[in-house]
Amino acid sequence: MLLSSLEVVPGRRVTKHLGLVQGSTVRAKHVGKDLFAGLKNIIGGELKAYTELLQESREEAVARMVKQAEATGANAVLNIRFATSSITQGAAEILAYGTAVTLE
Amino acid sequence: MDLIVFAILFVVGYFAGRWTEKRHYVSIREREEQLAGVLVFTNRFPPPSTTRVDSGLVAGSVVISEDFFKGVVAGLYSLVGGRIRSYESLLDRARREAVLRMKLEAQKLGSGMVINVKFQTFAIGGRNPGSIKGVEMLAYGTALSPVRH
Repeated sequence: MLLSSLEVVPGRRVTKHLGLVQGSTVRAKHVGKDLFAGLKNIIGGELKAYTELLQESREEAVARMVKQAEATGANAVLNIRFATSSITQGAAEILAYGTAVTLE
Repeated sequence: MDLIVFAILFVVGYFAGRWTEKRHYVSIREREEQLAGVLVFTNRFPPPSTTRVDSGLVAGSVVISEDFFKGVVAGLYSLVGGRIRSYESLLDRARREAVLRMKLEAQKLGSGMVINVKFQTFAIGGRNPGSIKGVEMLAYGTALSPVRH
């Protein structure tokens, strides 16, 4: 499965458009991480636990999108975009979406 | 009593925050030099001379917390308006860090060029009082690398 944020794949032709595919996940962090982050909020710096959390969520969202693309028989997802939104305090939704296509 | 705690947090936040920021900038500059070989573009299409390359999605993200001092200063500025310098540097750090991580991922793929780069900013915690405040920056794009066989 080829993933790309471009609308084209250099040197290859799109033979079939299979439509929009998307994957999303909603994640919340646990309290322990928040306690440490509270300390970080005083002195500043990277919130590693949060970085990892969002990274994992993004990978999960992409994996779900890929699964959906595979189900439609695609071999590539083009024009991929990400979106993040906070649902409630402490929970965030991560969405990945793109266009499933078949390449020759 | 509350005032004393506030004053301590304010002073600690100022010095610790400045130290963290300085150290982060040193590390950013260092890595920017190391990764100067990976070029980053916002072009939607690859250069016309491109024939056949491998393309792959690369992304870099970071969550950076504000410090107590920055938060208080920003709170004051939001009353009177104007530039909030303390947040400008925070976002600058986050954006450059995200780009660096994206470049690193591209380098691992053997790529020297990332095109169609997009940024996304996400405020963690938002305006809720007492919540963790920070900013998430995501940079993503498509890495072009020579075809491997």
